[in-house]
Amino acid sequence: MQLELKGITKRFGSLVANDGISLSVAPGQVHALLGENGAGKTTLMNVLYGLLQPDEGEIHIDGTAASFHSPKDAIGAGIGMVHQHFMLVPPFTVAENVTLGIEQVRPGGLLDAGRTRREVRDLSHRYGMDVDPDAVVEDLPVGIQQRVEIVKALVRNASVLVLDEPTAVLTPGETQELFHIVRQLRDGGTSIIFISHKLREVQEIADTITVLRRGKVVGERKPPATEADLAALMVGRDVQLRVSKAPATPGDVMLSVAGLVVPAAISSVHGTPAPASAHAPVNGLSFEVRAGEILGIAGVQGNGQTELCEALMGLLPATAGSIVLNGTDLTRATPRARLDAGIAYIPEDRREDGLVGSFSVAENLILNSYDRKPFARGIAMNLGAIAENATARIKEFDVRTGSPATAAGTLSGGNQQKVILARELGQDTKLLIASQPTRGLDVGSIEFVHRRIVEQRDRGVAVLIVSSELDEIYALADRIAVIYEGKITGFRPPDVDATELGRLMAGGSDAGNAGPTDSTPPVAPEDAS
Amino acid sequence: MTEPAEGGKESSKPTSFGQVFHRALEGNTVTVTVLAILTATVVGGLLSAFTNPAVLNAPGGDIIPRAWASAAATYVALFEGSVFNPHTVAALFQQASLSTAIHDGYLAAVFTPLSETCVAATPLILAGLAVAVPYQAGMFNIGGQSQLIGGLIFATWLGFGVSMPFFVHVVVCVIGGFAGGAVLGWLAGEIKARTGAHEVIVTIMLNYVMAYLLSFLLSSPSMLQKPGSSDLVTPPIAGNAHLPQLFGSGLRINAGFLLALACAAGVWWLMNRTTTGFELRAVGANASAARVAGMKVERAWVLVMLIAGGLAGLGGTTIVLGTDFALNPSTYGTYGIDAITVALLGRGKPGGVVWAGLLFGALEAASPGMQSVANTPVQIVQVLQALIVLFVAAPPLIRTMYRLRATRATGVGTTITKGWNA
Repeated sequence: MQLELKGITKRFGSLVANDGISLSVAPGQVHALLGENGAGKTTLMNVLYGLLQPDEGEIHIDGTAASFHSPKDAIGAGIGMVHQHFMLVPPFTVAENVTLGIEQVRPGGLLDAGRTRREVRDLSHRYGMDVDPDAVVEDLPVGIQQRVEIVKALVRNASVLVLDEPTAVLTPGETQELFHIVRQLRDGGTSIIFISHKLREVQEIADTITVLRRGKVVGERKPPATEADLAALMVGRDVQLRVSKAPATPGDVMLSVAGLVVPAAISSVHGTPAPASAHAPVNGLSFEVRAGEILGIAGVQGNGQTELCEALMGLLPATAGSIVLNGTDLTRATPRARLDAGIAYIPEDRREDGLVGSFSVAENLILNSYDRKPFARGIAMNLGAIAENATARIKEFDVRTGSPATAAGTLSGGNQQKVILARELGQDTKLLIASQPTRGLDVGSIEFVHRRIVEQRDRGVAVLIVSSELDEIYALADRIAVIYEGKITGFRPPDVDATELGRLMAGGSDAGNAGPTDSTPPVAPEDAS
Repeated sequence: MTEPAEGGKESSKPTSFGQVFHRALEGNTVTVTVLAILTATVVGGLLSAFTNPAVLNAPGGDIIPRAWASAAATYVALFEGSVFNPHTVAALFQQASLSTAIHDGYLAAVFTPLSETCVAATPLILAGLAVAVPYQAGMFNIGGQSQLIGGLIFATWLGFGVSMPFFVHVVVCVIGGFAGGAVLGWLAGEIKARTGAHEVIVTIMLNYVMAYLLSFLLSSPSMLQKPGSSDLVTPPIAGNAHLPQLFGSGLRINAGFLLALACAAGVWWLMNRTTTGFELRAVGANASAARVAGMKVERAWVLVMLIAGGLAGLGGTTIVLGTDFALNPSTYGTYGIDAITVALLGRGKPGGVVWAGLLFGALEAASPGMQSVANTPVQIVQVLQALIVLFVAAPPLIRTMYRLRATRATGVGTTITKGWNA
């Protein structure tokens, strides 16, 4: 079956999630969709699967236009989908799960369980999947559950199979087994759409790679494309925004991180278990940040950035290594002690970690200083001081809010970020950690946030920027460190070209560069004044 | 930037208990609550009329008038039993002089309904606060019952087991009652903080533990059982440990009611005007952000459960020191469970809890009179309570019935789910 998407556009309010995406999937081919979170991959697949209706564009199957109003239509047309989160009934057996919704019935209305079990066994055997139709799903490892989903799609005669981030939940071993199955399916004539943000996997499995960025197709490659090329495509190399900033004047080392290891564990903040993976998300990582300089950590998302930030804030425990701020060891310190030591933190997920949405702007502005003077008098809160602070901060940071009593959750993303900046950028800041500080913001807010961050640097604050947007790294960083699989693969000056960064972001070694390895982070010569 | 399609996942999740509770508490305006009470009154009136044999057996043309009379009698009895009975005033004015009227209890009789309402409301308010306060910190305290029993045990034991001067004794007993409940609340909070066990499960189970523990203590002469008695009852509370009556011996209203009002005021101040309350509310509204801001989320859980347990314990204390003066297996009734209803009706706010407690107290105080005077079965009172809660808990129903517009979009709905899953 030849599947073609022509000019698919999907808007959510003012956000264009898919912007004229065209894609052609040939029969018996593995077609990878590569892109960061928010690039529009999932939206596109939901359009294909009938979960969303496109605002513009058409889906063509074997040359004729088709329209899917529900997943049922899509399944009927031969499209199968394996969601990132499985749609299985855990206490049911494999055969029961597979037959759910398309039960085979014998005359008299009895379930023909035997037929389904035979089908499962046949398919499982043909593609080397090793799935026992009588096993109870909740007893199966994740990798096998995924195969049950694949069998489910195949039983429904899928000739195009969409795998949404299939390796996110798998161990490397399971990933290899999945790839084996995918190749067998492909050789049997099934087309596979493989959604991922992992460069190496896409390289290994795909016949064609389409790269999405901000809702648009930014390129199509055939392996062997270089990973550096793909990485640069994914995060974007076109630098549009530049903050005017003077050269940095780095002072003493403010933050020193050495050999930090953060294991994959239940996140203390979100309470969700991390997917099993072979290595720790942060795996022996070292760097230093000096007062008055901005170190930008570049990298494709999911290489340990989130865990690094949470470990620096004491939200995740480090099992090895040390975190030293201005001579004080904070490796085991509580989040509160770190804040008191002068760390300001702009979290990646501002709605989840940065603000209490139902609290007023005024309350959010004192979220981490509510029990200190002048906001507290003994155990009582000083409402006057809180209101004064709110008025002053709202003015200073140009927060567009109805009043200080407005719930912070109702503000726009840019204004929410301004509230967080206004709270975090106090007088005693020694280190500012900003993770994806402009994600989802409009151009005006991006410029505002960037200017404030540079301002902090000029005041002598050590700044650590973690961003998967190369634009942002180029705009802000005085020195760039590249993170890959929980390690720093290299340090570069800010004028390094995107191809080189792309190479490092794809796990390329540091060879060929004069800089020392990641164990002893250098200050790039041009930064040291 | 999250893809909107992914953002939609939140809404497709199965509705959790937390979300239901949240909607019931937050999705209500005062208007909806008042309308819910009115609707319940009308439906309850119909029910009481059409369960009355006099109405059911009436000849065709008589049904409507008799139904009206029956429903009216029910609500007159409710009013007379809980607020004010005109007959008592008439009796008062038939007395020769005011001094004999006071002496013979005629004046007290005028205020008896109000006094009874307050007496019945006292434990409901305190236990209702024990549900409302943890709710603001994102926790669901279903353990009012166990905490109330904990308070009862401590207060009773101190009440008959030790001998102290007047005032000192009652203060010690009240503090003991608070401590008795607080221990149970603390236990539930500590278990959650250390192991992640859900407080709903833990508190429900503790309810059973405490109910049976109390039965055991009451059947063991070496423990709480009255020496020489075969009944499951404790010795009487010493006179010095009684909560002082506010208006003499004719009216049962006692200092416990003032204690309940003071606790409601104190809780409001704690939650809205202190740094601790700020922390508790932040943890309840968004535990992740609270943790990132350096707050100790687990400590907040333990603290709020400790406070709640103490409040429920005080509820028990006011029963045994204020009106019952001895403890038996029926003393604790279902106050701890009714407290959930009270908190729900009071929309989780201290002031609301006071009003809701008074309303339910009135229904409870009036139910014997409704039964004897208006022939309303006692169950009707419970049905009425249930109907009020039903309508309060289903704001969309009330909005549809009265064509009200939804007053707010549920933008904060997801935060409570998180509290529930944390």
